[in-house]
Amino acid sequence: MEDLGKTMQDVARRLLEEGKVDLIVGYEKGTTPIRSTPCFIREAGDVQKLIWDPTCEANLTKYLLDRDERIGVVAKGCDSRSIVVCLAEGQIDRDRVTIIGVPCQGVINRKKIEAELDKQEVVEATVNDEEIKVRGEGFEKVLPTTNYLCDSCLSCRHRNPVIYDFLVGEKVPEVEDANDFAEVEELESRSSEDRWDYFTEELGSCIRCYACRNVCPMCYCKECFVDETMPQWFGKTDDLSDTMIFHIVRAYHLAGRCVDCGACSRACPMEINLRALRKKAEKIVKERFDYEAGTDVEEAPVLGTFKQDDSQEYIIK
Amino acid sequence: MLETLIAEDDKEVPEKGKSGDEWEPKIIAFLCNWCSYAGADLAGISRIQYPPNIRVVRVPCSARVSPYFIIKILQRGWDGVLVSGCHPGDCHYISGNLVARRRFSVLKDILEYVGVEPGRVNFSWISAAEGERFSKVVKEVVMRVKALGPAERLVKGG
Repeated sequence: MEDLGKTMQDVARRLLEEGKVDLIVGYEKGTTPIRSTPCFIREAGDVQKLIWDPTCEANLTKYLLDRDERIGVVAKGCDSRSIVVCLAEGQIDRDRVTIIGVPCQGVINRKKIEAELDKQEVVEATVNDEEIKVRGEGFEKVLPTTNYLCDSCLSCRHRNPVIYDFLVGEKVPEVEDANDFAEVEELESRSSEDRWDYFTEELGSCIRCYACRNVCPMCYCKECFVDETMPQWFGKTDDLSDTMIFHIVRAYHLAGRCVDCGACSRACPMEINLRALRKKAEKIVKERFDYEAGTDVEEAPVLGTFKQDDSQEYIIK
Repeated sequence: MLETLIAEDDKEVPEKGKSGDEWEPKIIAFLCNWCSYAGADLAGISRIQYPPNIRVVRVPCSARVSPYFIIKILQRGWDGVLVSGCHPGDCHYISGNLVARRRFSVLKDILEYVGVEPGRVNFSWISAAEGERFSKVVKEVVMRVKALGPAERLVKGG
């Protein structure tokens, strides 16, 4: 996808030269193969650093929060939805942000490639939407990109940005019938006991590093509920009860806000299945309130509003 | 009362219950000042009987009940929670109970999804005129919690 990278650079250069933005936030090649890293460009001369390929996984919305500069930001489908949520919640000033939208066909989950290569070290890699060529000491492989995408991308229904000022490249066809709740449905079909066992097993390995929270563009609170001390609601230990509660409350806080960009799953060092929780929160608001996060800037945040005829089947008759 | 929920060394926290005939669940009931608390009061002055398993916390509105309260209560080892407010349309603050209704539905769904038993966390609408209904709801909640036995999941150190 060399050409998209070029187009992106042209847009960025123009924005900087015309003085429309002070800063461009995009992706550049990482220091290790199959990896990109966020890059921050202030000079038009530096725009050739910008790249676009399936390694561009980070959700850059996080870098728009709490900034005074005018920022041009590269946004995939999911990233653009998280920008919409932050706009709707008044966290980002639309006038200060220029969104360079880019249609996306999924980003790579490096852990899946690592598993495939069985700990062999990759020295060099080239990546595009069709294939990943990896080369290391004594081996060379060509892997089809679609087999190594993030779980969120495999059932993505918003590949094109929902909001943008510039669109880089052509829109890609949306997969409307993707069932992104398949895993949640499977879990729902199990007994309460089974689910408890499943989640205690998954979340039990949490080390409370808070990488999931820190990478999440929705977690912009100045003081997170787990950091509060007056009152200290919940313990900071890695006791099972405390970790379970951290993840339950985080899922609750994400209800109607999470856009399933997958940043938390990729950030998790313990490879916890965080998606099973956040997708449930998404499913609840979809089924109960017919609401999908990050599709409409004008719509009120789902838990900040109500309808007279909201479901109340759970209320004791 | 809120302080006692949070304080780590209070005496209100139930001792680890034993299953069996002699086990009685301890349940916290958050009642809104304007309807449900008055409903409980009416049950009292009308001498309507209900099980003594609930400890009442009076709150200004059902929307005052933060999800943190509910989760904290479960973590501290209480066997069940009841939150009760005014019927939709009757809220003293016009729409507090309607906001709470959305919030609680999401919270309850998530809790049950991770495996907290359905029946631990309960919600109802009770008006100031419904003393009889208050008694009925409390009986229902106590029955549900008794059927589940002592709380174990989410209980810290449990």
